[in-house]
Amino acid sequence: MKPPTLLPSLPPAPGPAKDPAPSAPADFASLRRRLEEERGRGRWRSLEELAAAPEFEAALPPEFAEGADSPAPIDRREAFRMLGVSFALAGLTACTRQPEEKIVPYVRTPEDVVPGGTPLFFATSMTVGGYATGLLVESHQGRPTKAEGNALHPASLGAADVFGQASLYGLYDPDRSQTLTYLEEIRPWPAFLGAMRTAVEAQKPSRGAGLRILTETVTSPTLAAQIQALLAGLPEAKWVQWEPLSRDAVRHGARLAFGEPVDVVPNLSRAAVILSLGSDFLGHAPGHLRMARDFAARRRELASIEGSKGGGVRLYVVETAPTITGANADHRLAVRPSEVERLARSLMAALGGTGGGSPSTGNAFLSAVASDLAAHRGSSLILVGDEQPPAVHALGHAINAALGNFAQTVTAIDPVEARPADQLAELRTLVEEMEAGRVDTLLILGGNPVYDAPADFRFAERLAKVRLRVHLSLYADETSTLCQWHVPRAHFLESWSDARAFDGTASIVQPLIAPLYDGRTEHEVLGALTDRPERSSYEVVRDFWRTRLGPDFEGAWRRALHDGLVADTAFPARNVPRPEAPPAAEEARAGGETGLEALFRGDPNLYDGRFANNGWLHELPRPITKLSWDNAALFSIATAGRLGLKKEDVVRIAFRGASIRAAVWIEPGVPDETVLLHLGNGRRKSGRFGTGLGFDAYPLRFSDALWSAPGVEVRKEGDTWPLACTQLHQNMVGRDLARAADVEEFRRDPDFAHRDELEKEPSAADSLYRPYPSDTYAWGLSIDLNACIGCNACVLACQAENNIPVVGKDQVRRGREMHWLRVDHYYGGNPENPEHFFQPVPCMHCEDAPCELVCPVGATVHSAEGLNDMIYNRCVGTRYCSNNCPYKVRRFNFYHYSLQFRAPSMKMLPNPDVTVRWRGVMEKCTYCVQRIQGAKIAADIENRRVRDGEITTACAQTCPTQAIVFGDLADADSRLSRRRREPRSYALLSELGTRPRTSYLAGLRNPSPKLPRPVRAGWSELEPEKETGQR
Amino acid sequence: MQVFHRSTNTISRVSVFGAVFFLAVLLWLFYELEASPYTTRQYVAREQPVQFSHAHHVADDGIDCRYCHTSVEKAAFAGIPSTKICMNCHSQIWAETAYLEPVRESFRTGASIQWNRVNDLPDFVYFNHAIHVNKGIGCESCHGRVDQMPLAWQASRLQMGWCLECHRHPERYIRPREEVFTMGYVPAIDQAVLGPKLVAEYGLRSRRVLESCTTCHR
Repeated sequence: MKPPTLLPSLPPAPGPAKDPAPSAPADFASLRRRLEEERGRGRWRSLEELAAAPEFEAALPPEFAEGADSPAPIDRREAFRMLGVSFALAGLTACTRQPEEKIVPYVRTPEDVVPGGTPLFFATSMTVGGYATGLLVESHQGRPTKAEGNALHPASLGAADVFGQASLYGLYDPDRSQTLTYLEEIRPWPAFLGAMRTAVEAQKPSRGAGLRILTETVTSPTLAAQIQALLAGLPEAKWVQWEPLSRDAVRHGARLAFGEPVDVVPNLSRAAVILSLGSDFLGHAPGHLRMARDFAARRRELASIEGSKGGGVRLYVVETAPTITGANADHRLAVRPSEVERLARSLMAALGGTGGGSPSTGNAFLSAVASDLAAHRGSSLILVGDEQPPAVHALGHAINAALGNFAQTVTAIDPVEARPADQLAELRTLVEEMEAGRVDTLLILGGNPVYDAPADFRFAERLAKVRLRVHLSLYADETSTLCQWHVPRAHFLESWSDARAFDGTASIVQPLIAPLYDGRTEHEVLGALTDRPERSSYEVVRDFWRTRLGPDFEGAWRRALHDGLVADTAFPARNVPRPEAPPAAEEARAGGETGLEALFRGDPNLYDGRFANNGWLHELPRPITKLSWDNAALFSIATAGRLGLKKEDVVRIAFRGASIRAAVWIEPGVPDETVLLHLGNGRRKSGRFGTGLGFDAYPLRFSDALWSAPGVEVRKEGDTWPLACTQLHQNMVGRDLARAADVEEFRRDPDFAHRDELEKEPSAADSLYRPYPSDTYAWGLSIDLNACIGCNACVLACQAENNIPVVGKDQVRRGREMHWLRVDHYYGGNPENPEHFFQPVPCMHCEDAPCELVCPVGATVHSAEGLNDMIYNRCVGTRYCSNNCPYKVRRFNFYHYSLQFRAPSMKMLPNPDVTVRWRGVMEKCTYCVQRIQGAKIAADIENRRVRDGEITTACAQTCPTQAIVFGDLADADSRLSRRRREPRSYALLSELGTRPRTSYLAGLRNPSPKLPRPVRAGWSELEPEKETGQR
Repeated sequence: MQVFHRSTNTISRVSVFGAVFFLAVLLWLFYELEASPYTTRQYVAREQPVQFSHAHHVADDGIDCRYCHTSVEKAAFAGIPSTKICMNCHSQIWAETAYLEPVRESFRTGASIQWNRVNDLPDFVYFNHAIHVNKGIGCESCHGRVDQMPLAWQASRLQMGWCLECHRHPERYIRPREEVFTMGYVPAIDQAVLGPKLVAEYGLRSRRVLESCTTCHR
């Protein structure tokens, strides 16, 4: 299995890539010893660094990997010959005349469109797992180029996540399915309509007994109404929903607790103590952007020295797989899946409830959590992850009720899903009926069940027994190949539809562009089964809302399109019976199982596999592991040591006769004796990026063990698989960069973060740089590490805004990723269960910039407003600037990566306000200078200064927690200036005297005074209040 | 024993001098070529699908620039008129002439007229019409006497040195806002007095800002 090359036209990179990831020392004892010797803050970036400094340094890839710039062994004469020739040719290339260009004006200019003027923005919604998030999409003369969050939408509040940011790449993906096919032959749409007509007619006598419709989770009121209307005519037909990252347990848990599947919506803005039982509410959950915003707002309250009473939040996380939520916890406990329920029951008991658990007062973590929760009745919150069993959800509801949190931090609402159902059971019934030959016609609207259905359902095999199979999907994928009819699906940016957000708000999906290919929506495919197949999705959606928007339909409809949502459709809070803890199941799962347990989780970048051909998402380093392009089997240090595994070893993981291959990665924080597998990789049939990259874990996923498989066998295969991890790239070795302190420490010493600056920073007078006068704006950026949750949305926002190319796995392994903004990830403390710190690093725009002095051609210079400008058309690619940059934020185009923008559909992707860079050119963060200039021109025309907040960089705009603020330092009242005056403000490497314009606010943690910090082992092994904090 | 004749001294002197001279001439030639209309296509009138005459529309008919170039005051791009704008008049006058058939055809079929671009900056330059027009830079300053062009040509070199000349000394070229669209403008008072006054009044940014690379390159 060879990873596909990204750009077939590129020459192969010279020589084998130097292995940037040396094998991890699985020697636990030595790690522990080193750590005990460790003094100070104890931050580290990798196990190698922690284990043995000399090896680590030898293994550190140079900034540009070895062999990066030598095409082949070359002698001196040859070098001179080449030098001369290239010099002459380089000169000659400047002599070309510009090609003649055409201007193609409109025949009739559409209203509001001004070519070359301000782009238009349209509100739409994106669904992931059925739940809608509002987006605002930038359109240049009908060409969508950039997605932002929709500030009016409750699930976005102006922020977009990585999926939202990457949606444009998905739209223009040249590998999308482009034609309607029947048995792989192209067919026109009317042929499909005819075939459906016949199929429906054949079903009518049996009242639809052979018809099945398989969809993903549906929250769309229009789609649900359409399906229900269809089923009313064919009452024996069935509608089945299947979502591989299933929320069955959530629905089940609600049924257990309340008797019906209500949705419980958390409100973090009122929560002072939060306990997450495996919930990744900052990363992936319905409404996660909203929750991240509220969480960060609460955490900011910690930073006010006066308000030490009342404000702030403390987050306890009990989790089985490392997530960014756990990484942001004040106390994180890594447990095996089976232990979560036990812990929840003990907690229930400790809080005086019933639930079959023992209070187990001897456990320090539990007693600390329990007393903290008990002290915050009505302002505490228990969140339970989708992957937890129904009983844990029910327990979560019961604890919330016992603490009086209902109507305070949690609200029960009617279910958001159109038809909450036990999806797994329905899918099981479906495959049984398929097996029995009772299914004649199967419509699969979206989804990819052949790839992602539980392994024991043998979906592919049973699908063959269905007579007529229709698949609607964006790509010709694993399921499409097994269906006769494949209908290309319209991307959501090409579709009319609707969906509901986490709180029930009806959100409109509005197209930004007509379908690029012959794409159809599920509304149109369903319409083919009715007697009105000609109705467009626009008509279907509009007709649905016509009777529901009040008397002034046109006005309300226009309002809904403008806002992206239908006003006042959030579900009201409803009364629910007081939930009781469910009785403990008799089967003694806990303690009974031995051996290795596999965990299945959605991939942070690829979700369930639906984004598997998205180059931006593939290349994005995953938040915790910083792996790009592949997933891996994640092991804890101890387990890897026991099994004798090293990073990049290939293992075979077997469960109940099924087995997969996967590369090993050792990740601190994974519970011992577990192996964590991210789903959605290793697609067998996708596009150029998706196919064959990573490892498919679905074959190990059985219907009775959807989230964890106890008793897997792991065997070394003997070979290795290279992984592209960016954790060690652009390393600023061994300095105290990501600063954080406990709240108590901060209140004692508010200046802790910038004490170094006060003592060590050379004064401007000592500088040899001539001072730059500042009589105008002085742009700067501040990043609040207390708010940053490490979600990576800023990285993709930057990539989308600034036309940053994708370079491919091989290039990433050589340290050549092009992301202008990276999110550095530091571990702190104990490698068994480390703390995590995230630090976004853009260009620092130093006032005394080391890069500027060394450029021989003046391609990087200082602007009057203090920007460190990069001038692409001057750059000759010496890379001196990058060598001299202490922050390692400069990126070099080793190859002609921008060729990828030449595919016909990809031509539409780039931002027209930003140059597409060539090979041999250095580039870096510009503070989104195109936005600065645009706002300045608008202000200058009106003869005023740019207002504070008028300019936002792409990263700041999309940040769910508003951790990033851009502004004018010359304005003492700007938000930025106010931030710079905060005591937590500090600059990176300020002792060098570079005087960066980018600054940071140090992070704060709010640990419980009752617990050692961090928690050092699994909860059950924790000895009662004996260990002391090692910091 | 003399191997070389005495005259070779002269030859060697001449050839050393000649080499320096030759290189200098070569450089000069290169510079001239680079800045010449051969490269820049300055003064070269472009053929167009419809032989549109600015001279006629501007000078004879007295139509304001902004009637056709609608977005010049509010957008980066001045705007090339849509066929609809042509047809505003030409559905009434010269409505039958064969000469304007491409315009009518475009209006009938909805296919755009494909004009040949006359003023073309490199793609890494982000020129913005709105800010120049609003700050008192006349159309004429860059586009020349459009009212005297039967077929449009590029009146200026459009090279960076030419741009910088004005970005460094805007007071030499600035004119009152009312006169921006005037052809053949002559300052009412001495430009040396008027220029600095207007620069201050319109709040032009300092030379250092106007010279900064990212003012035009992004």
